[in-house]
Amino acid sequence: MTPEEIKKPENIVAKRPALLNDNTMHYCPGCSHGVVHKLVAEVIEEMGAEHIAIGIAPVGCAVMAYNYIDIDWIEAPHGRAPALATAVKRLSPSRLVFTYQGDGDLAAIGTAETIHAANRGENIAIIFINNGIYGMTGGQMAPTTLEGMVTATTPYGRRVDLNGHPLNISSLLAGLEGTCYVTRQSVHTAAAVRKAKKAIRQAFENSMKGLGTSVVEVVSTCASGWKLSPAKANEWMTEHMFEAYPTGDIKNTTTQKS
Amino acid sequence: MEEVRLMKGNEAIAHAAIRYGVDGYFGYPITPQSEILETLEELMPWDTTGMVVLQAESEVAAINMVYGGAATGKACMTSSSSPGVSLKQEGISYIAAGELPALIINCMRGGPGLGTIQPSQADYFQATKGGGHGDYHLIVLSPATVQEMADFVGLGFDLAYKYRNPVMMLADGVVGQMMEKVVLPPQRPRRTDSEIAEQCPWAVTGRPEGRGPVVQTTLELDPLKMEKHNLHLQEKYDLISANEVRYQEVDTDDAEYLVMAFGSVARICQKAVEEAREQGIKVGLLRPVTLWPFPAEPVARLSRKVKGILVVELNAGQMIEDVRLSLDERIPVHHFGRMGGIVMDPDEVLDALKAKFNIQ
Repeated sequence: MTPEEIKKPENIVAKRPALLNDNTMHYCPGCSHGVVHKLVAEVIEEMGAEHIAIGIAPVGCAVMAYNYIDIDWIEAPHGRAPALATAVKRLSPSRLVFTYQGDGDLAAIGTAETIHAANRGENIAIIFINNGIYGMTGGQMAPTTLEGMVTATTPYGRRVDLNGHPLNISSLLAGLEGTCYVTRQSVHTAAAVRKAKKAIRQAFENSMKGLGTSVVEVVSTCASGWKLSPAKANEWMTEHMFEAYPTGDIKNTTTQKS
Repeated sequence: MEEVRLMKGNEAIAHAAIRYGVDGYFGYPITPQSEILETLEELMPWDTTGMVVLQAESEVAAINMVYGGAATGKACMTSSSSPGVSLKQEGISYIAAGELPALIINCMRGGPGLGTIQPSQADYFQATKGGGHGDYHLIVLSPATVQEMADFVGLGFDLAYKYRNPVMMLADGVVGQMMEKVVLPPQRPRRTDSEIAEQCPWAVTGRPEGRGPVVQTTLELDPLKMEKHNLHLQEKYDLISANEVRYQEVDTDDAEYLVMAFGSVARICQKAVEEAREQGIKVGLLRPVTLWPFPAEPVARLSRKVKGILVVELNAGQMIEDVRLSLDERIPVHHFGRMGGIVMDPDEVLDALKAKFNIQ
């Protein structure tokens, strides 16, 4: 087969979504953000929602998410994305409104905004990247940092007596009446990526159907923050992160209803 | 159509907001301004104009809801009182940086800290000098009557959209709580989505076919671009300073002494001026209506003809700094104030005027 033959439309099994533009991503090699960005772009495109989608970017590594996916965006103050999303969706109910947040943004400084938006059952989707560390500021402890994990602010490992327990915020959110779908995914294998994409699609569809708040946690790698190679970071994640944050649906009331 | 009613200043704000065609109100209860949220919930404007009213989980969430809503081009507002407005400063800085229109009401109470629920004007510095982080200004309107509480909702949004800048109505517990006759404006329709798309090309609406993405962000890591943005903001503030100064002068033509006060205190001082004139003391009153931009020109002009200025405030002396900066002649400028929620009466003002300037 010549390259020209391979490039025929019928032979293409995977392509880059048109919404994902040519800007060079600032993410480190091995980081999960790039994959999740691609999935978000693919889902919006496949839903034909590029003209109604409004993304709310966080403060953290994904602060410049708006540079990579060609939809309308608002960049929120640290932790406040669910408050912004609440107003945007209520003022424009026909729009697909989602937040894209990291663990520090969503589960530390923005805990109140997250819990109350979810408790009100705002018809928004929350994409939650959990890599157990503050990437943007240089690898400090996050609320989801594992016990014993070394970070810039826990140089001898996270101690429960000093720093409290790793916060399982998704389980907490699943306990709220306002959430319809809370799932924990990962993007470290091809199979996991496919499942994560399905989860994002369901979350977006839930919010357009007005079923309540959907949360898609993606257990992610931070090779730079963890000071591991990309391959080792994937191994470390499967060995350690999944124990504290097991993947799978935590809550799904939408299937019970149908 | 217009309607004459008797109501509290806070209630007038709620009625005026609905009648102006405001799209969203996001608030949190705090004395002495909770009637704004309560009145809106009672009037249920979502059934009539489609206005969104939401009691947020915090002042921080409320101002960030305003930030999100304003970014979509919708007319959004919030209200609070001093401790709550401190919490809102983060969001206010973002709204100013993002050049978004919004109305923020501070019905001031005494501080610092949790302070008191009684009236105060101690947030003058916070309101007029920025308040949050970074170089920015709010347009600050100071209402003295229940009528102005209603009127400044419309004026505030008109200015906010004209300059794409947040506007603060710096009220106090007196004008918030007192009842007066008020003429409510006729009901205006809320702007439609197509009007917003046409009038606000900067609005985040969901990208329609044929236009690129609109991104509302206040982040710029390139220092040259960030400085350029700051210079642009400063140019806008210069334009606002040149065009939007508002003030009221009473009996200044033949005045030998000038009293300056804003908000409810200006009305107390007006009574003091009348009493002074009955005693043969020629006193005038200058009341800034916009606290930022500050009416520097009338202060400069009057400083060339009066013997001294008494600045009367419900604080330890805040506006007096702007008065001194505006002088053309170095005449004596004194402060008289009460704090902690105590409101002075006209006799105290007159006594202070006589004492500070040795008037027999």
